[in-house]
Amino acid sequence: MLLYTLRRLLLAVLVAFTVSIISFGLLRLSGDLAAAIAGPEATEAQIEAIRVDFGLDQPLVMQYVDWLLGALRFDFGNSFYFRDSVVSLVADRLPVTLTLGALAIMFALIVSIPLGVLAAVKQNTWIDRSALTIAVSGQAMPSFWFALILILVFAVNLRWLPVSGSGTWAHFILPAVALGYYATPAIMRLTRTGMLDVLASDYIRTARAKGVRPGKVLFKHALRNAVIPVVALAVVQFGFILSGSIVIETIFSLQGLGLLMWESIGRRDFPVVQAVLLLIAMMYVALAFIADLLNAWLDPRIRVA
Amino acid sequence: MAESLLDVQGLKVDIPLATGTLHAVRGIDFAVDKGETLCIVGESGCGKSLTSLALMNLLPRTAKRSADRLQFDGIDLLTYSEHGYSRLRGSRMAMIFQEPMTSLNPAYTIGDQLTEALLTHQPGSRRKARDRAIYLLERVGITGAANRLSQYPHQLSGGLRQRVMIAMSLMCGPDLIIADEPTTALDVTIQAQILHLLAELQRELGMALILITHDLGIVARIAHRVAVMYAGQVVETGTTEEVFNAPQHPYTLGLMDCIPVPGKTERGARLGSIPGVVPSLIGDLSGCAFRGRCPFATSQCDDAPRLRDISRDRACRCHFRPEERRVTAELVPGP
Repeated sequence: MLLYTLRRLLLAVLVAFTVSIISFGLLRLSGDLAAAIAGPEATEAQIEAIRVDFGLDQPLVMQYVDWLLGALRFDFGNSFYFRDSVVSLVADRLPVTLTLGALAIMFALIVSIPLGVLAAVKQNTWIDRSALTIAVSGQAMPSFWFALILILVFAVNLRWLPVSGSGTWAHFILPAVALGYYATPAIMRLTRTGMLDVLASDYIRTARAKGVRPGKVLFKHALRNAVIPVVALAVVQFGFILSGSIVIETIFSLQGLGLLMWESIGRRDFPVVQAVLLLIAMMYVALAFIADLLNAWLDPRIRVA
Repeated sequence: MAESLLDVQGLKVDIPLATGTLHAVRGIDFAVDKGETLCIVGESGCGKSLTSLALMNLLPRTAKRSADRLQFDGIDLLTYSEHGYSRLRGSRMAMIFQEPMTSLNPAYTIGDQLTEALLTHQPGSRRKARDRAIYLLERVGITGAANRLSQYPHQLSGGLRQRVMIAMSLMCGPDLIIADEPTTALDVTIQAQILHLLAELQRELGMALILITHDLGIVARIAHRVAVMYAGQVVETGTTEEVFNAPQHPYTLGLMDCIPVPGKTERGARLGSIPGVVPSLIGDLSGCAFRGRCPFATSQCDDAPRLRDISRDRACRCHFRPEERRVTAELVPGP
């Protein structure tokens, strides 16, 4: 297990390193940063001054090393727009995004796992088919459109929940549902397929032959095995949810990382964009690493390998 | 005679398919007394495994079970609910399966799965259950039993896993064990060991055993009684001695020809084989199911024979007695 963990960790570090190069490079490729910072009315001399000021006249490799060394010390420089350090900006917004992400994945799991189990147990009945319908429509609907429908129904017409903002817990419900629903179909379908496979397996028959009660057969013997790939998927989906929060936070004006990212792109606030991009990518890498460890912990056959 | 432990009459298993209903088991009768070993023999696809699953009510979802009578120690199993069955399974009737490699849950340790068998029926101390598991693992010939408890199934070989399955079936001290070809998936060298172990345990613990097998050699050594199955029917039953010394049904004769007997079969002599294959079990069968492969078939065999009692414990599903038969078709010699 230790060797396995170390191997996975090494892989995660390599991926993180690659990601940092890409997130750094992408912004440099998006045009002349100095001109963008200076604004459309700046003179040639002003642009040149900014170029030297921000170190943009240095070779690209030096710029990257500089930025990376800073990033390793959690120093991402200052925001152009807020005149505040990027780190404190991000630290302000991160809890909102994490809360939203956690609520969304919780909603997705609470809906999709029982639905997947039910669909497998009632295979080929109307229950199975309606669960599948829910899943397919979830995959077909763009999340921003679904979010607008939710706002229309629950906020505008029924007036049960607020339209936008991030003041109270009630502000999180609609965004979490909109974001979570996006992850529901994949998790539900994987749970259903996994349960169908496992329920037809010999060791389920063994459990029944031992006299284990049907409910315990389902949840102890079957779900435990069916859920192994689901856990990995859910963790990866959590990563998708965090990046998907850019759209959802913008629609609901939730003051999270996504909205910060969105606004910073508009303001050409590149230090912020770069830092958020790196942070979300790092969280993704960390989640993939956690998914591997969870998989190994749940599946004894991997644990030993 | 006292009442049998297990009394089966007219047991049928039907599986609806797109092409028609598969009548896999076509009304079979047998009984097992306390402490008795019954061997069910027959070639693949004749309904042996489905019969055993039907007894445990563990048939696949699509399969339908029916019977005229299905009694276990006076309990009418036909009216038993799934809940009632789950109280019986594992505690009073246990089963050992064909596939030890896939019959243990990969996510739990051997110890967890063994103790669960006992704790399901006798809730109580884990420690006691653990002690019983260690005792039985030693009893089935597993060394270092205490350390095995924390191992996972994938860390054990097929032979060891089947020993674990046997130990698991013994956890509650059942009255009846059903073993469905428990050695088919194992190495030849392990096969005999496992079967001898089963026979020994059966004798020592005084439980009844239904053993489903191809291995006529082991049948001759451990069975009290034999039921020969063909195409979903019992074609011959009797005590082991009678069936082996004086087989009545042409199919049983054919099976006997397929095994070499030390001292009897001449060196270099060809072993027999039964030409043809088991008929399709979809739809109704007309006449004797075996007549297409029978060297003694006559026009009379177009009528289905009944299971005819020969003596109190002995029956055969053929119109003719051995002495009445005449060869009407050449037996194809073995390859």
